[in-house]
Amino acid sequence: MNRIEVVTRRTFLGGVFSAGAFVLAAKLMPEEALAAPLTKAEKAAWNPNVYLGIETDGTVLIVIHRSEMGTGIRSVLPTVLADELEADWKRVKLEQAIGDKKYGDQNTDGSCSIRDFYDAFREAGATARHMLVAAAAAKWGVPASECKAQNHQVVHTSGKKIGYGELAAAAAKLTAPNKADLKLKTPAEFRYIGKSLPTVDIGDIVTGKGTFGIDAKMPGMVHASIERSPVYGGKLKSVDDKEALAVKGVQKVVTLPHLTPPYGFKPLGGVAVIANSTWAAKKGREKLKVQWDGGENAGYDSAKYKQQLLETVRKPQKAARNIGDVDAEFAKGGKTHEAEYYVPHLSHAPMETPVAVADFKDGKVVIHTATQNPQAVQDTVAAALGISKENVECHVTLLGGGFGRKSKPDYVAEAALLSKQLGKPVKVTWTREDDIKFDYYHAVAAMYLKARVDDKGRPTAWLQRSAFPSIGAMFSPMANTGQGFELGMGWSNLPFDIPNHRAENGPAKAHVRIGWLRSVANIYHAFGVHSFADELAALANRDRVEYLLDLLGKDRRIDLGQRDARSQKFPLDTARLRRVIELAAEKSGWANRKATKGRALGIAAHWSFYSYIAAVVEVEVDNAGKLRIPQVHIAADVGRVINTDRVRSQFEGASTFGAGIAMMSEITAKDGAIVQSNFHDYLIPRIQESPVMTHVHLVDSNEPPAGVGEPGVPPMLPAITNAIFAATGKRIRELPIRKQLA
Amino acid sequence: MITFKVNGVARKFDGDPEMPLLWYLRDEIELTGTKYGCGEGLCGACTVHVNGSAVRSCQTQMQSLAGKVVTTIEGLSATGTHPVQQAWKQVNAPQCGYCQTGQIMQAVALLKTKPKPTDADIDSAMKGNICRCGTYQRIREAIKVAANSKSAAPKAAAQKAGGDE
Repeated sequence: MNRIEVVTRRTFLGGVFSAGAFVLAAKLMPEEALAAPLTKAEKAAWNPNVYLGIETDGTVLIVIHRSEMGTGIRSVLPTVLADELEADWKRVKLEQAIGDKKYGDQNTDGSCSIRDFYDAFREAGATARHMLVAAAAAKWGVPASECKAQNHQVVHTSGKKIGYGELAAAAAKLTAPNKADLKLKTPAEFRYIGKSLPTVDIGDIVTGKGTFGIDAKMPGMVHASIERSPVYGGKLKSVDDKEALAVKGVQKVVTLPHLTPPYGFKPLGGVAVIANSTWAAKKGREKLKVQWDGGENAGYDSAKYKQQLLETVRKPQKAARNIGDVDAEFAKGGKTHEAEYYVPHLSHAPMETPVAVADFKDGKVVIHTATQNPQAVQDTVAAALGISKENVECHVTLLGGGFGRKSKPDYVAEAALLSKQLGKPVKVTWTREDDIKFDYYHAVAAMYLKARVDDKGRPTAWLQRSAFPSIGAMFSPMANTGQGFELGMGWSNLPFDIPNHRAENGPAKAHVRIGWLRSVANIYHAFGVHSFADELAALANRDRVEYLLDLLGKDRRIDLGQRDARSQKFPLDTARLRRVIELAAEKSGWANRKATKGRALGIAAHWSFYSYIAAVVEVEVDNAGKLRIPQVHIAADVGRVINTDRVRSQFEGASTFGAGIAMMSEITAKDGAIVQSNFHDYLIPRIQESPVMTHVHLVDSNEPPAGVGEPGVPPMLPAITNAIFAATGKRIRELPIRKQLA
Repeated sequence: MITFKVNGVARKFDGDPEMPLLWYLRDEIELTGTKYGCGEGLCGACTVHVNGSAVRSCQTQMQSLAGKVVTTIEGLSATGTHPVQQAWKQVNAPQCGYCQTGQIMQAVALLKTKPKPTDADIDSAMKGNICRCGTYQRIREAIKVAANSKSAAPKAAAQKAGGDE
């Protein structure tokens, strides 16, 4: 069959995609798809594009190229295609894609799976539907206009019906329609989009049958546990493995090479104990006697570093955004207010630690792992082994949480290197201690804010300075200031209507691995900016909601100077931010709730990942300083909602995730090493500490779908501390809160 | 040589007596529904039942199991028909799902001793089970759904597919 004609990749993938994804889309050329290892879906009788196949028995196979880490994407994105295809969801089967650039971008990160693939999946489904209708019309000798697709069949006005399976072979011979000729469904015609279909994996999850990375196995595999330098960049001095080798089940002790900076996703190196079970490997590792040379980061002390960052933000730094003249306004004198804020390092701590299984044989490696980014696995492993990425076959399991950690495949390269060294399949299982001590930490950050206010307490000038070690330092040692993508997360795009505004950022050197964690730089920026807004409102003795709306000013689209397609598609529209503030206030009963001693509401609203989120948090602080969060109201405008229940669940989860950052989580370092090691000292919320009830209020929207996984987190932090101020008069400027209320 | 039962099947073990049950289940008899989360009894992901009580399998040494009866998530009901599993599905509790088998085993144990648990009972029983995705409010809801459904359905029928409980 002529596959080229049925894949209209340019029209299919055009438009919304970034340049990178567009180029990758060209790889959807079916000949290339055939040259690569075929998934079941690709072997299907008809393949109008890589994402979709229809078997002659009517089974629809959809290749899902994104990773499932709890957002529901593996279930939700295919429903978009199935909806436009007018397929019966019960007859749809999913195929998890291996890492391959032919699928386009697979990095499940940045809350972008729906945002970037909604249109493509719709158009794929609609294309197939058009061709099935055309095939039926031809078969019956009637005009296509008299036929329509309906629940896995094509139906003629006369009442004749024919199933998709029977049409597959004929449809495959047709030319795909142009994008311009596609008739997409109207929202009223949606059968899955906007509903709450259960996830496809829930049955496996509640019975323990779901295969996560840690459940992957290969015949003949051995287990490895790796001792790494406690100091970032440290080198192995000596190792005594005599006692380790004496442990029953231990087979061998091998050294992994130390690599050179920039470290990026490279494995850290170290000493691996190889054994016949996970337990024996861990036990053997405990018997190793290893000496390290800490190197340049051996003196890293996070308490001292905090002071350094605070000193940096007390001095003028480079402007990332400059409107009007802040200095001239300050020089006028009058009432000013200033404050400093601090957020510590954080660890991702997904419940499933990093784990990978690799089998290197004849110059090729097969991998099974929980990864957010199987193509980064290909790149990283290929570089580590000195092979081409086409020789790295990465199968993606379910992920036991990701939060950004599992888009960094250092652990996968460890397994691949060991397999090559040992000549057999190797499983590397990180202990929880490894996970906490060798993470890519969320950046520690210090911020300074200063405002001059008029007689109503409204700022006439607003200065903000930040300093934090950049994620960019992992990839370029020269990157010692905040990168554009970091500053664009809630710092250089302040949505408030203030005539004089400057956002600055100062240098900070990274002494540990720095990485993105759920909502990234928005975490500290939102805390600083929205705490400060609340301070100004308090100073003016104004209602917080009324003050926030005043700060937003007239409804407008803010020009952030970005001209890329994505920014054009998702402008920062203050009217939408206003609406979620009003909705959260309404649903929480803000107007009728007066703060009482120890019990109050707090609010914050933040735009991130192109979504508009307002959080109203109710706190209770007892006489002993114990904090409880009885309820949270999150109002969210995320554009069109695909799966209402999964969107709600993401915001419920973000409520707990944000509360944990505000209340208890903190990573510290001393003598270059991370102090925390497990859940007794790296604290994350438990059921009795989590917000008791999070109500999610979704704005009904026809705007393009925006991010969902991350944007719920940032407003939670300041909403909590603002509520604490309202309840107790205590202003929290450093996180975590911990014992500051005692 | 230690003999014991796992999900109704008689088992023998003569390996490292200090090996935690968790790794025996996962590495030796391939019951991988029980998850590793911390190895220190801090997170509850590895929760199973020993003689009907919820324990952390990462803290349960093999030598302690002589004559005991172990039930894992696979033994609760292979088809997901246990009322607690049904409740979990009804409220779509899981996100990533990794901790959920441990949460379910803990909840089953709770409902055995407290068929109608209060919020305080739930907090107290479930506080050892961490969910990083933050599904706690659904877990709470699911436990209440299960408590109500269990009173409606005869216990014996509901647990027919289960192992030894």
